[in-house]
Amino acid sequence: MHIHKFEKIWLIFGVSCLVIFLSVVGVSAFYLGNKPPSCLTTINPEKVDQTKPFNKPGLNKVEGKEWDYELVFVASAFSYNPAQVEVPLGAKVKVIATTKDVIHGFEVAGTNINMMLEPGYVSEYTTTFDKAGEYLIVCNEYCGAGHHLMSSKIEVVK
Amino acid sequence: MVNSTASKIKVDPRDAKLSMAHFFVAFSALALGGLMGLLQTLVRSGKWELPWGIDYYQILTVHGVLMGLVLTTFFIMGFQYAAVSRTTGGHSNAARRTGWIGFWIMLVGTLMAATMVLLKEASVLYTFYAPLKAHWIFYLGLTFVVVGSWIDGAAQIITYARWRKNNPGKPSPLLSFMAVINTVLWIVATLGVAATVLFQLLPWSLGLVDTVDVLVSRTLFWYFGHPLVYFWLLPAYMCWYAIIPKIIGGKIFSDSLARLSFILFLLFSIPVGFHHQLTEPGIDPAWKFFQVILTFMVIIPSLMTAFSLFATFERYGRSKGAKGLFGWFKVLPWNDARFTVPFIGMASFIPAGAGGIINASNQMDQVVHNTIWVTGHFHLTAATSVVLTFFGISYWLIPHLTGRTLTKAMNKLGIIQAWIWFIGMVFMSGAMHIEGLLGGPRRSAFSTYGGAKQAAEWIPYQVAQAVGGSILFLGIILVLIIFINLAFFAPKGEEEFPVAEAENTEEKAPMVFENWKLWLGITAVLILFAYTIPFIDIIQNAPPGSKGFQTWSKW
Repeated sequence: MHIHKFEKIWLIFGVSCLVIFLSVVGVSAFYLGNKPPSCLTTINPEKVDQTKPFNKPGLNKVEGKEWDYELVFVASAFSYNPAQVEVPLGAKVKVIATTKDVIHGFEVAGTNINMMLEPGYVSEYTTTFDKAGEYLIVCNEYCGAGHHLMSSKIEVVK
Repeated sequence: MVNSTASKIKVDPRDAKLSMAHFFVAFSALALGGLMGLLQTLVRSGKWELPWGIDYYQILTVHGVLMGLVLTTFFIMGFQYAAVSRTTGGHSNAARRTGWIGFWIMLVGTLMAATMVLLKEASVLYTFYAPLKAHWIFYLGLTFVVVGSWIDGAAQIITYARWRKNNPGKPSPLLSFMAVINTVLWIVATLGVAATVLFQLLPWSLGLVDTVDVLVSRTLFWYFGHPLVYFWLLPAYMCWYAIIPKIIGGKIFSDSLARLSFILFLLFSIPVGFHHQLTEPGIDPAWKFFQVILTFMVIIPSLMTAFSLFATFERYGRSKGAKGLFGWFKVLPWNDARFTVPFIGMASFIPAGAGGIINASNQMDQVVHNTIWVTGHFHLTAATSVVLTFFGISYWLIPHLTGRTLTKAMNKLGIIQAWIWFIGMVFMSGAMHIEGLLGGPRRSAFSTYGGAKQAAEWIPYQVAQAVGGSILFLGIILVLIIFINLAFFAPKGEEEFPVAEAENTEEKAPMVFENWKLWLGITAVLILFAYTIPFIDIIQNAPPGSKGFQTWSKW
């Protein structure tokens, strides 16, 4: 099988770009800690309200952890609990969320917080809120008739 | 002598009939699915509401199922069946009977699923994520579609095998080889969706078991969901590699490299489903990243394809005396719909592919996951690159099969249609991409989200999508006019089924490419490697299962 010289150059160039690109993505994920959310913790979806930390939805101050606050959300068709929450500017926050019924999305528009919520699993993402303002949380995974009405709000305040 | 008869080889009329049966279903799906698409964009613009209690998510399900599963599967099976017939000298009676059986099973399945969607018993979208529980007839219908497609595809494999037996030691005709690769890809991929439907969703929806393991179901679905898009794309590549060169009067750049790229697509399009599940909580990040790497391997055959196609164009242009670096571009047959329509699709694949790289880039997916950016992405890949190529194929294949000709008027209308499609898609897909970057979610009806400021910024883009959607619907009307003309009214005559030859006919494709044990073996090893450990993890660490929910609006 014959490969044209130009095609060889083209493929070597392309594959090199690919290797560099994947290295950047890999280093960012595993060395700099920008992994996509993968909590791997499970929960009984029928006992969410009785299970810590979901028995206390909202912003909770924590001590002795790498983050200052835990922001706990419980999703169910078609709402989030809490429906609105204030977060102090500059706080390092671990967002912890799960669902009581079907699959939901958890997207804080305008940020990198974007997780699937699946029954039986806990989703987590740690981030610092360093820009004041109002952030809309939307359900971005189809969950039923009221999917487009399912939202919450984070206010980052000074 | 050989050459002049080669260009006049006709698909056997009995095979033509089966192909046309597929196309009637495919274009009916396009008509109805297109209308649903238009209605969705109108609803989401916020300026219009659906009448008679029809629900947004119901028409979203109809659009997804018809466009993503029915139009594509029927068109592809019809096209590949004809391509195998044309390049092997025709199907045997047994293969043809197999094809018909597959066709009818697929059709019955489609009607079963469609009925349940119309009755609002299955507003679960074409991804049907558990624990949303649709009516069991919906799942059974989809099973019939998949099983029917296996039987339908078996017809192509039977004929390919017979050709190989009758021509020992010879590489198979390129188009037949490509068709069989795509059929094999489809069969291996659909094992995943068949497994979740047969072993999880059907027993659960029938009430035989109470709960379903959601993550297992999703993982099996996405094992199928990504190769699905390559199953759509490869027939377009068949046209670009092996048909377009003939249409422009050139040659295939390299027959062997074309085969190699198809084999690479078979190997690397399946063990990659996790890149649709990057933001899911239950999958280990190391395995996600591993599948991200495998995902990116398909860039290699894509680069090979891009090189070959443009090499063919340039060589043809230069042989016509074109000068300068890009002079060859001008001499391409821009007045020929059979070339221009797929070419617009081909060019759209450049931004479409780049967007795909972003989506699959591990943590970068968090920026766009489940935003309407993704919808914009696959309306460039599937709904522009693939679909425009399918339209371009139809413009010669339909008249070839019905014994008619593509008239000058229809040729011109075809080109106009493609440009209308392109303009509509610039509006719709462009607005979807931007709105997605701003955070607008996909699969959602119109909403102001309680008057949120961010949501207000999305609405102008939704209006732009409705403008684009309306232009695209005009495109659908035009393509239906052309289809009906070519099927029933165009003047009788001989339309060529173009099949290109390789530039270097001395160079035989290595026979190792036809070694199915080898390629299926590597495919299996890659799949097992990418999925075994994480899948065992998912099952061992599974949470309690989920009961079913029906959260959509009912009649």
